[in-house]
Amino acid sequence: MTISVNGVEAMLPSDPRVSLLDLLREQLGLSGTKKGCDQGACGACTVLVDGERILSCLALAVQYDGRSVTTIEGLGTAECPHPLQSAFIAHDGFQCGYCTPGQICSAMGMIEEVRRGTPSHVTSDITAEVIPFSRDEVRERMSGNLCRCGAHNGIVDAIATLLPEAAE
Amino acid sequence: MSIIEDTKQLVQGAVMAGMSKAIALAPDRWIPGGTPDPLISHRHGHIGRPTTRIDGPLKVAGAAPFAAEFPMEGMVYAALANSTIAKGRIVELDTRTAEEAPGVIAVMTHRNAPRLSPPPAFMSSPKAAGGDSLPVMQDASIHWNGEPVAVVIAQTQEQANHARSLVRVTYEAEPAITSLGAAKARGSRTAMFMGQPLHDEVGDADAALAASAVNVDASYSTPRHNHNAIELHGVTVAWQDGVLRIHDASQLVAHEAWTLAQMFGIDEDKVVVTSPFVGGGFGGKCLWQHQVLAAAASRMVGRPVRLVLSREDVYRLVGGRSNTEQRVALGADPDGRIKAIIHEGVTPKTAFNAMPEPFILPTRSAYASETIKLDVQAVELDMLSNTFMRAPGESVGTFALESALDELAHKLDMDPIELRIRNEPEKDPTNGLPFSSRHIVEAWRAGAERFGWSARKPASGTVRDGEWLVGMGCATATYPYYRMPGGAARITLTREGHATVDIAAHEMGMGTATTHTMVAAERLGLPLEAVTFNYGDSTLPGVVLAGGSQQTASIGASVIAAHRALVKELLKLAGNDSPLAGLKPDEVGGTDCGLCKLDDPALYESYASILGRAQRVSVCVEASPSAPMEIMHWSMHSHGAMFCEVRVHAVTGEVRVSRFLGSFDCGRILNPKTAGSQFRGGIIMGLGLALMEETRFDERSGRIVNPSLSEYHVPVHMDVPEIDVIWTDIPDPHAPMGARGIGEIGITGTAAAVANAVFNATGKRVRDLPITLDKLM
Ligand code: FES
Ligand code: FES
Repeated sequence: MTISVNGVEAMLPSDPRVSLLDLLREQLGLSGTKKGCDQGACGACTVLVDGERILSCLALAVQYDGRSVTTIEGLGTAECPHPLQSAFIAHDGFQCGYCTPGQICSAMGMIEEVRRGTPSHVTSDITAEVIPFSRDEVRERMSGNLCRCGAHNGIVDAIATLLPEAAE
Repeated sequence: MSIIEDTKQLVQGAVMAGMSKAIALAPDRWIPGGTPDPLISHRHGHIGRPTTRIDGPLKVAGAAPFAAEFPMEGMVYAALANSTIAKGRIVELDTRTAEEAPGVIAVMTHRNAPRLSPPPAFMSSPKAAGGDSLPVMQDASIHWNGEPVAVVIAQTQEQANHARSLVRVTYEAEPAITSLGAAKARGSRTAMFMGQPLHDEVGDADAALAASAVNVDASYSTPRHNHNAIELHGVTVAWQDGVLRIHDASQLVAHEAWTLAQMFGIDEDKVVVTSPFVGGGFGGKCLWQHQVLAAAASRMVGRPVRLVLSREDVYRLVGGRSNTEQRVALGADPDGRIKAIIHEGVTPKTAFNAMPEPFILPTRSAYASETIKLDVQAVELDMLSNTFMRAPGESVGTFALESALDELAHKLDMDPIELRIRNEPEKDPTNGLPFSSRHIVEAWRAGAERFGWSARKPASGTVRDGEWLVGMGCATATYPYYRMPGGAARITLTREGHATVDIAAHEMGMGTATTHTMVAAERLGLPLEAVTFNYGDSTLPGVVLAGGSQQTASIGASVIAAHRALVKELLKLAGNDSPLAGLKPDEVGGTDCGLCKLDDPALYESYASILGRAQRVSVCVEASPSAPMEIMHWSMHSHGAMFCEVRVHAVTGEVRVSRFLGSFDCGRILNPKTAGSQFRGGIIMGLGLALMEETRFDERSGRIVNPSLSEYHVPVHMDVPEIDVIWTDIPDPHAPMGARGIGEIGITGTAAAVANAVFNATGKRVRDLPITLDKLM
């Protein structure tokens, strides 16, 4: 049983209780994915599985046999960041930086959800083929990612740089 | 604390009071800050330029190492079992099944834990850090519901977590005081805070209130709160060659190292606490039982231990803000001049800590009034010790005071901003000291203009947009300038022109590392890249608390002292062949990778040249600033004018904050980019305080019943509008760099601005936080 993490094959744990989050943090040394609650309430542990955002603390690692996981480390590095990572720096989209990897991974997944036409609570026309991006769409869809430092404005600004269509 | 402790504090307080009288009367030039920091007049350097965080690339890449992420050879994992009663004794503690569970190495309880001294409680001595003074797992007694009773140490976290569920505990409960009503019935005492009673009287406020033409008199209440930093409290600890090494998330590394040394009975230098990154603090990342238990467990099993609290554990082990019941009464004459201010009430603490929520603090320096009466009564409960949380006192105190101001304005039929400006004091109304720098009126005027305050309809409930009622409100924010004793810094300057500043300070997201790199570079006349700022390590100089918004002042004053020592040393090395020969340290400053005469920059020599001629590779100095006497000589406070627009749903009572502006007067702003984030972050926590945050404490059992982020609500993206912040940027001539702290002021005034806007929208006055929709239906 193996899982691909940032393109590298890894063994799944023998203990079925190990969450995907703990596999990443404690066994694979990928501590960029954060633990803020371990019970699905904060979003700090968000990673992308086959392109979709999930809460890795609510996922048992063994359920992800054969799947492909992208974590913050797979998105970019300090030396060679992804444009969204650079935008977070430019817009001061964090303070302590603890929620940040989750915010960034979540934003990546969120953008694809909108492009696929998945409506949200604030979408005015849920039957529309194309959902227009707006700051409210971003805010609503990012509300599962808590930030106690209050970097919300900077986070939305940073995400908006990837979405020319969201500029209001 | 006990009556004996109170008396001790009172005696210390009396000595302090005598001293502060002398300091108040001393000439300005004897006082730190009496001669303004020369950096205040630098206008086009690093200071004031929006500067991107130097640790940004690491943080966005997930490469900044937090406490629970330091790998250690042979490390094992710990999990805690907590008590389920508030007071009593453990009569049976069955750990056998847990010990036999797979992977378990040991189960630590009061029976086998290493013997430890109790922690010196915070404020009981200069380096004390204990959240309370209770012994940690040393006997069978239980002091609060949730106190740790066992630590399971196992090969993996999963094994430890499972085995923890197998620990069986039987208790003998004793009667516990867990309700505020019961505690009040037993009597209260005037609360002591930092050695002084929380009680002030100027004139006869009761008589003046009764004689006032117009008055308001109301009760306000605020619930318990928890810091809820997103990073869980976690430590990775090891004993290496007799040295206890702790990777922690800490806002007081030096205090923590000293306190742990006291507890374990070892030398202070045998404890090393490092904390390069802290995933949010807000007053919550101090010393609680988890660090002690992890260190004890590590000693017991002879292996490095990682202990990460669960979110529930954080609520059980790390104190939060206590609830308050406050009364504010204001008397005024018909044209709005305040004649009487009464602000009093009660708040619970424990017998083991010295932290009553000091909600009268903001009222001490707020408004000119001939009579003032302020009083905090403390009662004691059997609960986890409460602690400081962002703007202790001011956060919840301004809710009551600034709501009452709004009520008075309404009764007087006066604009609430005009009412505040009319009552601007000329000197501090309670201690009579001159203000160091107070430009709140400018902040009000600039804020009102930018927010469009003139469009507000004074009559409440008159603006409607479909199903939404719209209103505007305002309030004053305030937080004092503090500087605590204990600062020290080391500067090492090399011949190549690189400087390293070392100080045991902290970065919890405030931008400390970035801002102080800027300040040091400016002071030394170096480019940013030529300065390294080291912090977050108890072996570095200084005992600096990241709290009370005082860290910037403390670092600033320490670096000023070290810089002065450096300049002195460099002038000595420069000798008689230098263009600087004969100059005194006060006459020169750093510029262009060297020193020059301040009023004649042509007299200059580069660091490379000075050190080269002296045949030195580098020079290293360390110094401490003088005691913070400036706070006893001037009344030093930051202020803000807070403006809020809310929309309240006419049917459901749902409140949405649609606009918010904070207009601040906090002295000079060093890094506008990170400062803006600090202000916004404070305001957003203030929105939580106003609308949703509440730690629910079951008054029957003394147990917190919502210990999770799904049941304790903090503002999420959808709750946060774009928050506008502006500032006067007027330097405080008596503060290092001209800057007063900015980390806490944002949470103050915010809740009142929201409540006042809700009143303007609906005509309903909510005096009990949080303002949930049931209170508006
Ligand atoms: S750690 Fe997974 S949602 Fe909080
Ligand atoms: S940056 Fe600290 S929690 Fe978001």
